[in-house]
Amino acid sequence: MDTLDIKTIREDFPILKREVNGKPLVYLDNGATTQKPKAVIDAIINYYTDMNSNVHRGVHYLSQISTDAFEITRRKVQEFINAKHDYEIIITKGTTDSINLVASCYGQEFISNGDEIIISAMEHHSNIVPWQMICEAKGAILKVIPMTEHGELDMETYKSFLNPKTKIVAVNYVSNALGTINPVKEIIDLAHAQNIPVLIDAAQAVQHIKIDVQALDVDFLVFSGHKMYGPTGVGVLYGKEYWLNKMPPYQGGGDMIKDVTFEKTTYNELPFKFEAGTPNIEAGIALNAAIDYINRLGLDNIKKYEDDLLQYATEKLQEIKGLRIIGTAKEKSSVISFVVEGTHPYDIGVLLDKMGIAVRTGHHCAQPVMEQFHIPGTVRASLAVYNTKEEIDALVAGVNRAVAMLV
Amino acid sequence: MTINEIQDELIDDFSFYQDWMEKYELIIQMGKELPLIDEANKQDQFIIKGCQSKVWLFPELKDGKLFFTADSDAVITKGLVSLMVKVLSGHSPKEIADADLYFIDQIGLKEHLSPTRANGLLSMVKQMKLYGLALAAKV
Repeated sequence: MDTLDIKTIREDFPILKREVNGKPLVYLDNGATTQKPKAVIDAIINYYTDMNSNVHRGVHYLSQISTDAFEITRRKVQEFINAKHDYEIIITKGTTDSINLVASCYGQEFISNGDEIIISAMEHHSNIVPWQMICEAKGAILKVIPMTEHGELDMETYKSFLNPKTKIVAVNYVSNALGTINPVKEIIDLAHAQNIPVLIDAAQAVQHIKIDVQALDVDFLVFSGHKMYGPTGVGVLYGKEYWLNKMPPYQGGGDMIKDVTFEKTTYNELPFKFEAGTPNIEAGIALNAAIDYINRLGLDNIKKYEDDLLQYATEKLQEIKGLRIIGTAKEKSSVISFVVEGTHPYDIGVLLDKMGIAVRTGHHCAQPVMEQFHIPGTVRASLAVYNTKEEIDALVAGVNRAVAMLV
Repeated sequence: MTINEIQDELIDDFSFYQDWMEKYELIIQMGKELPLIDEANKQDQFIIKGCQSKVWLFPELKDGKLFFTADSDAVITKGLVSLMVKVLSGHSPKEIADADLYFIDQIGLKEHLSPTRANGLLSMVKQMKLYGLALAAKV
């Protein structure tokens, strides 16, 4: 497929046909979660209709087919991000869960008093707070790479932060609040030059940009299913075998053990060592359908289409008097954050909602970002492959109407 | 007028408008009628923090009646705050504590009291009633 037929793609998403407040739904909150294609919805229904059973346990038929389906997803994810081994793919609850796992388990083993952890000024709270928690527990220090007024990382300061006390670098690939695409390869290479591992939060990247973990040589990569057309409650932690084997288990329970006695428990091998308890089986299985869906469209096609749409939206929104785009990095992906002079983002969000247009308003779980720009929050339109120029036009008309009422 | 008479009057006012945007025009208009809090009283202890918009609320007891002045940094929130103040301000603390605010539901603004709206309105209603409850003992 060379060019995407967006009209046909929209047909794949049943929810896009509905109305909100009597108006056709214009869904521009894809950074929060994307809608699901019928293939994903069907996979969930099919799981409960045809194969519901616990995984990795039973000898009976249903348990085997559900385990097989669950494990197919693991290999699909492996292929999708080009991991070397399938057991380097840990199925988690989502990005937040994945980051907490690494912060806790890597932190327990490798971080001690006086060590340093590097994050950036444009992180989501879920890539800030877990690190703060391990810093507090271990007496380590959090270093924050600053960003410029365009919302780009200050790489010189980053370089100056790297030193033998640095134990890990954790930054996002794409900023959820600004849309900035960070130079992750350069970030990783610089850290590796000093033998420091890097975690990349790809929650806002994996649905827009082709990722190859071996080419990046990234140590940990995390993302969520629900932001990539998949179900909620499932996510991925990719970790290099080397690190995962050195880290202690996260939670104790079923599935993660080899032998349990009251004196001593031995732990299961990768990936099960990090997958205690019954997972979200239906979500795990349906994630496979989501990746198939993305693969069928082709990430390169998706990116090209979304980049064009982003440029169109940027140009059109900029025509609105008093509108200021927050985050004007050279490299951006699928997110436009903006404020309009004399209005509060919340007011614009409420009025857009009444016109059937769904955007996110507020600080986007990135309060430090808002602080840097001295604003209470932004209105954020975030795009997916099913959005259209007509929807951008509706957004622009909606913002104009809202501003006329508010100012 | 009693709290319920004011509520009924507001329900009447809003019933003229079927269209959402018109309703919001009215809410924004109401915001302009809000008795504003003195700048000097815009202190942390009088902030009701929502996730997105801020509300300041200042209570004052005069001759056994509880009066509110307020403000918000968002226009729609300010309008909603103004509705609450219009209904509750100037009544006895006990009347405020006991008030059943049915008008919000009837004019179709119930969603604004849902915790997910993050506009601080729900906390504000609670806070107004708490002031009523606390001061009812003093009157």
